Order: sequence, then structure tokens, then C-alpha cells
Amino acid sequence: MKIFVVIPAYNEEQRIGQVLKELSVLPYQVVVVDDASTDNTYNIVCSYKVDVLRHRVNRDQGAALASGNAYALSQGADIIVHFDADGQFLAKEIVDIIKPIISEGCDIVFGSRFLGKKSNLPFFKEKIIFPLARIFNKVFLGVSLSDPQSGFRAMTRATAQKIVIEQDGKAHCSEIMAKAYEYKLKIKEVPIRVIYHNEFGQGMSGALKILKDLLFSKILK
Amino acid sequence: MIYLQILVSIFVFFTLSRLFVQKHKNKISWLGLFFWSLLWLLVLVVFWQPDITSYLASVLGIGRGADLVLYLSVILLFYLLFRIFVRLNRIESDISKLVRDEAIKNVRKR
Repeated sequence: MKIFVVIPAYNEEQRIGQVLKELSVLPYQVVVVDDASTDNTYNIVCSYKVDVLRHRVNRDQGAALASGNAYALSQGADIIVHFDADGQFLAKEIVDIIKPIISEGCDIVFGSRFLGKKSNLPFFKEKIIFPLARIFNKVFLGVSLSDPQSGFRAMTRATAQKIVIEQDGKAHCSEIMAKAYEYKLKIKEVPIRVIYHNEFGQGMSGALKILKDLLFSKILK
Repeated sequence: MIYLQILVSIFVFFTLSRLFVQKHKNKISWLGLFFWSLLWLLVLVVFWQPDITSYLASVLGIGRGADLVLYLSVILLFYLLFRIFVRLNRIESDISKLVRDEAIKNVRKR
């Protein structure tokens, strides 16, 4: 079974080396999508045994994941895992996130920071942004998942073919969830642990941008 | 008022001539030419016959002609803004597709 781990990376020279090192001992094919980084990310990535796609101009995270998906599918991937380049997620938890696909026949699995395992979430995110995002997801997208913005997920080949990521920006998270519900896929959430290196993350302005992208995509449909 | 009308007329004719040049160079479509010409001719009519707006305004139940013009202008501006947004969105997604195809073609295999 071919399992691909897709990692979008933009200016991640500080942490991506460690991430790839941890992944290198695991039996997955790793694809890094360098989203036109201006630092040394590309050269660092090239020193590891991974496939590297390089965006000529920065297209943001959603676009990078879509590129990774397209490439993985062209290489015959059976399962595609989305992973972060900044060391937020634990490589050893990939096995947990693909397990429901293999043993329970799930189509898509989302990692959740709110199902038991303790993550050091910034206060503002945990108490204000996420509860609001959860309500938005439920009301406007029909999504009821415990983690409204999970970037750690795994999907089958058929799911990756069905869910075409159209949101180039950070709104791809909600888009993927919404489409999974829309296509009535077999969905599961598994607990994951997230390590925050950056206190603020996307913050309020990031959340507002996601909101704007989602609302406009509804209008443009 | 007559000075303003003459000034506006000169401006409108200048704009119309630019439109025809644009069409001649194939930079705009027939529909575009029609839409923009109509709009500027309307501006001309409104400036020479302001009573028309008052008449239309009273028919539509709006107090003054000037208000009607203002309302319509705002609606038009919003519509144009929306169209620009839609076009921009399409260009953005086209760029992403091009970047993606190029990246996949030039993949660096392990």
C-alpha cells in the first residue's frame, strides 16, 4: 500500500529538517511542496530522500496541498496524509490517523486537538476563535467536528480524487471538511497532539481572511 | 449649468472616442462597447435633460432625481467591483493551476 505524506512548506528552514528526519525512519513516501520559499527551505529539503515540488510563485497553503495531492495521485498513492512543515504534528501519530482508513474503511480522517490528548493551545485560539469557528462550520458548512481547523488529516485515493481543493489560502481546512460532509464520506476524528512553537499562529486576521474566502466561494459557486 | 453640461459633454465624447479606439484594437468586446457607450450616453442625457431623472424618480417612488442617480451609481459601482473580484479570482486560480503543472513537471525525485 502506497502511503504518501504531503508537506506544504513556506520559509520553514528552521524546522523542516527535523520534521523530515523524523519521517525518514517511517515507511511513507514523502512529498514536500516548497511554496516559493525565500529562505533555505528548498536546499534543506533536497538533502533528504523525499520528492520535492517547487512552486515558482507563492500560492499559499491550500494550493500547495492541492499540488501535493495531484502529484501523489499521479504516483499511484493509495492514502494521502497532510502534514505540517513546522513540527506542530508528531510523525509517530501518522499511524493513528491512517488506521481508521485501513481497518474501518473510513474515507477521510481528521486529527483533532480536542479529543483527550493535551495540546498547548494559545488561550485566544482555544477560548474565542475555535468556538466561533465551530459555530460557523456547523451553521454555514454543516460540519460538526470537534476541531474546526485541523491540518492533520488522511484520505483515501478516491477521496483525494473527489475532494478537489479550490481554496488556495488557509480556508482549505474548512473546504475539505465541508466537501467531506457534502459527499457523505465516512468520516472519523482521532485525537492528536499539537505542539505550538508560535504563540499567535494565524490569529484573528487570519480567521477573518478564512471567513471572507469561504463566504465569497459560496457567492461565486 | 450650461458650462458644466459642455464640460461633461466634452468628457463623454472623449471617453466614447477612447472606447471606439479600444474596440478597434480588439481590446473590448462588442458587448463591452455597447454597455459602456450606453452608460456614457445616459450620463450625457441626464446632464442635458435632468428632468428625466426627476420623472423616473417619481415613478420609482424616490424623492429627487439626483437621489435616483446616486442610488443607481452606487449599485453600478458595486456590480463592477463584484465583476472585477470574480475576474481576479479566476486569474488567481489559473495562476495556481499553471504553477502546479509546472511544479509537477519539474519534480525533483528522491
